[in-house]
Amino acid sequence: MCGIVGIYLKNKKYNKQLGKLLTGMMNNMASRGPDSAGFAVYNKSSKFKYTICLKENYDLKDLKKDLKNKLSNTKYKLIADHVVIESSSKPEKVLPNIKKIKEIDLVGYGKSIEIFKQVGNPKDVVKKFSLDKFSGSHAIGHTRMATESAITTDGSHPYSTGEDECLVHNGSLSNHNNLRRTLIKNGIEFKSQNDTEVAAGYISNSLKNKTSLKDTLTNGLKDLDGFYTFITGTQKGFAVLRDEIACKPAVIAETKDYVAIASEFQAMAHLPDVNKADIYEPKPGVVYSWGS
Amino acid sequence: MSRNLVWFIRGDLKMNFDLSKKTLSEVNSFLQKIDLKSNQRDFVIKNPLGNHALCAGLQDEINVTIKGHVGYYCAGMNKNAHITVEGNVGTGVAENMMSGIVHVKGNASQSAGATGHGGTLIIDGDASSRCGISMKGIDIIVKGSVGHMSAFMAQSGNLVILGDADEYLGDSIYEAKIYCLGKVKSLGADCIEKEMNEKEINNLSSILKAQNIKADPKKFKRYGSARSLYNFKIDNVSNY
Amino acid sequence: MSEMKKNLKGFSTFPHDTIAEIQRSAREGIYQIRGLGAKRKVPNFDDLVFLGASASRYPLEGYREKCNTSVVIGDRFAKKPITLDIPITIAGMSFGALGANAKDALGRGASAMGTSTTTGDGGMTPEERKSSKYLVYQLLPSRYGMNPDDLRKADAIEVVVGQGAKPGGGGMLLGQKINERVAQMRNLPEGIDQRSACRHPDWTGPDDLEIKIQELREITNWEKPIYVKVGAARAYYDTALAVKAGADVVVLDGMQGGTAATQDVFIEHVGIPTLGALREAVDSLKELNMHRKVQLIVSGGIRSGADVAKAIAMGADAVSIGSAAMIALNCNADMYPEDYEKLGTAAGYCHHCHTGRCPVGVATQDPELEKRLEPELAGKRVKNYLATLTLELQTLARANGKSDVRNLEPEDLAALTVEAAAMARVPLAGTNWIPGHER
Repeated sequence: MCGIVGIYLKNKKYNKQLGKLLTGMMNNMASRGPDSAGFAVYNKSSKFKYTICLKENYDLKDLKKDLKNKLSNTKYKLIADHVVIESSSKPEKVLPNIKKIKEIDLVGYGKSIEIFKQVGNPKDVVKKFSLDKFSGSHAIGHTRMATESAITTDGSHPYSTGEDECLVHNGSLSNHNNLRRTLIKNGIEFKSQNDTEVAAGYISNSLKNKTSLKDTLTNGLKDLDGFYTFITGTQKGFAVLRDEIACKPAVIAETKDYVAIASEFQAMAHLPDVNKADIYEPKPGVVYSWGS
Repeated sequence: MSRNLVWFIRGDLKMNFDLSKKTLSEVNSFLQKIDLKSNQRDFVIKNPLGNHALCAGLQDEINVTIKGHVGYYCAGMNKNAHITVEGNVGTGVAENMMSGIVHVKGNASQSAGATGHGGTLIIDGDASSRCGISMKGIDIIVKGSVGHMSAFMAQSGNLVILGDADEYLGDSIYEAKIYCLGKVKSLGADCIEKEMNEKEINNLSSILKAQNIKADPKKFKRYGSARSLYNFKIDNVSNY
Repeated sequence: MSEMKKNLKGFSTFPHDTIAEIQRSAREGIYQIRGLGAKRKVPNFDDLVFLGASASRYPLEGYREKCNTSVVIGDRFAKKPITLDIPITIAGMSFGALGANAKDALGRGASAMGTSTTTGDGGMTPEERKSSKYLVYQLLPSRYGMNPDDLRKADAIEVVVGQGAKPGGGGMLLGQKINERVAQMRNLPEGIDQRSACRHPDWTGPDDLEIKIQELREITNWEKPIYVKVGAARAYYDTALAVKAGADVVVLDGMQGGTAATQDVFIEHVGIPTLGALREAVDSLKELNMHRKVQLIVSGGIRSGADVAKAIAMGADAVSIGSAAMIALNCNADMYPEDYEKLGTAAGYCHHCHTGRCPVGVATQDPELEKRLEPELAGKRVKNYLATLTLELQTLARANGKSDVRNLEPEDLAALTVEAAAMARVPLAGTNWIPGHER
């Protein structure tokens, strides 16, 4: 069980404060998700960005050595134990090279997205990655209370579901084990026993087959069993879906400057002008999206 | 002592709390154990900041106004108090209320008035899903619309909806009464439309009058239990 | 005929009771509803033994050398934790499922031994509050009779997520037991079959449970220990989640746990045995560094002081008894044979709590039948039974060299079967083999 948050800025004047706003939301959701945390910030770049996580005993120096001469126009940004690699090389060329290096994990990639996640109390995790210094157009975040799988970074959200796309989830699926086995047969790889990772695999499998995100989520209502509020981040914004029983909470606050979503209103209580915002709850079984 | 004197002179008998300066427990425990010998009966809480369980467990005939949005279980298990929220409320507002009045000027989240045993809950805006779930005598009046599964397993009390109702209204309902002015998307298991006779019109009329709501009771439809699930019967297997 | 029958071969897959059940289903077209717990044999504490004293370990003398049995429950967050004189409590059973005399007797017996009783799916009765020294008040999905005054009168609050007999099922009470008083307490029409919800109405999931627990603490000024009760399903995760949701105490009810009424398939086929669930729960607490800081109370098939001792050795802080307490009251006692027969059963086989025609006046609302259970005498029986459990517990603890029952440990145990060795993670007797040891 968990806390999920998201914020989409309609007004560019808040772009530089995106990280600060999200930090406030994440800190507030730490009590319902004390085990681990993660966030995806969207900041459009002209080049592709690849966020990777360095495993133990492997550092930026090693990474630069292993990728030497393999990618063009490359910049490296080190943030704690994550590195954002910016390169004009296309994903078809970069991803296989990244996959070859066993000492790193690819957390996410795209022209806009940067994903960071880690085990630990959310308040510590956001500090570690200096989230308050990030800027961008939109972001989603997650604080985790592990239910049936281990507390590891692999078990943390957001999960990357494709280029510039990711997923966070509050709830508990009930048919993920069978679904995982089916997806493995379709070539999707899994690193954990986490149910959300299965939902992410389901979404990326569907998007790979050229189904739209909206149709994918709508099909998900049938194919994914259990309780969920999903937020999927996309290059242009984010989408929200609650299952038809809708027991897991979700509140949306919308002003002329932003749209924010969170598991509890408390996470949004500090957002600018939130007392004048239009506050409502997404209806069950309906896909809501902003920015696309 | 001198504080009371100042208020008396100013003609302002409200006691203020600021939740950005005081803790939730401090405010709650003060309001739960009012010194009835003092004449202080009116309280205002500023900066609720989405706190949970604000004003839960109150037991005296006091008036509390909350200026802003609150989290879950606001006014939970309320007895006797009159609580007004000038904002929206999270899950379970007035859950298990015993008596008194809770008035939400904004919208309410899920499970508003859940398992309420008595008293009156008024929501000026909309209520989300499961409004009045398992209600046991509370009266709930929603001026806007209610979400799906409202009045699920509702045992007794009245749910009055001026707006519309989403799917599965009154699923597995017992003896509670639902009066709806707007459209009902669908009815739940064992819930059927019932007769709006003179007795019912009078019942609804007095509820509306008590809240100064100028709607015509005759235009409402009534919904309640078909009572076919009251005893286990094989013919009901499809309803389980 | 009986000569011939001796040589007839029956069916393992379709024994007599299965044949009878299939034919009953064909007649009635609905599942069988009944009371009490799982009847079939599952691995349990009988499959474990204590090692006792030897040349390397020395026992305590039986009377002069003390063996402490008291336990503090709920000191993680609550301002007023409970100190029980014995680590055995009475589990949640509703007024409605049981009659008033039965509840009264349980209260008298428990109080005489310095321990607690628990309300059930109907709310708190004034008689129960009066006769129980410590009363744990359950918060169930139904919320029948729930009110803040009783919440404040209670000594502890137990949030029920599930119970061993039916993890995932809600309460059930058939119309014949819903008399005027029960109906009034539960706010239901008299004589209907009560169907309770299986999920709480205002929260789902441990993240929202955390907020609910906060509300309960705010209403009761943070005084009362908050228990979270789960049926044995995924005990490892459920225990961790209860801790993260802020519980003071975890109550774990194994599949052998009883109920007043539910579908037989639920009782027999859902939930895991207490033995396996207990080990998972203790592992979880130890990994979170919460063992003995969040207390664990275990129930489901506790029968003797040996069961109590073994549960504590495996890491529980206390146990809870339900069916056993009813049996001490006279459930399945060999009396009133004609009345058992009228129900189609006999003493020792009866599970007919759901009918309301309990021949011994325990699980009934019928005033004539209730006369058969005299609260003072029955209370004495409960006290005697609890005293016996305690003496047996102390005997075993002393034999293993313990001056405090809480010093019993897994290394004091050996297993008699491979299943028990695997479930309890205790070596098979005479070996140092623990099968299946993998998280």
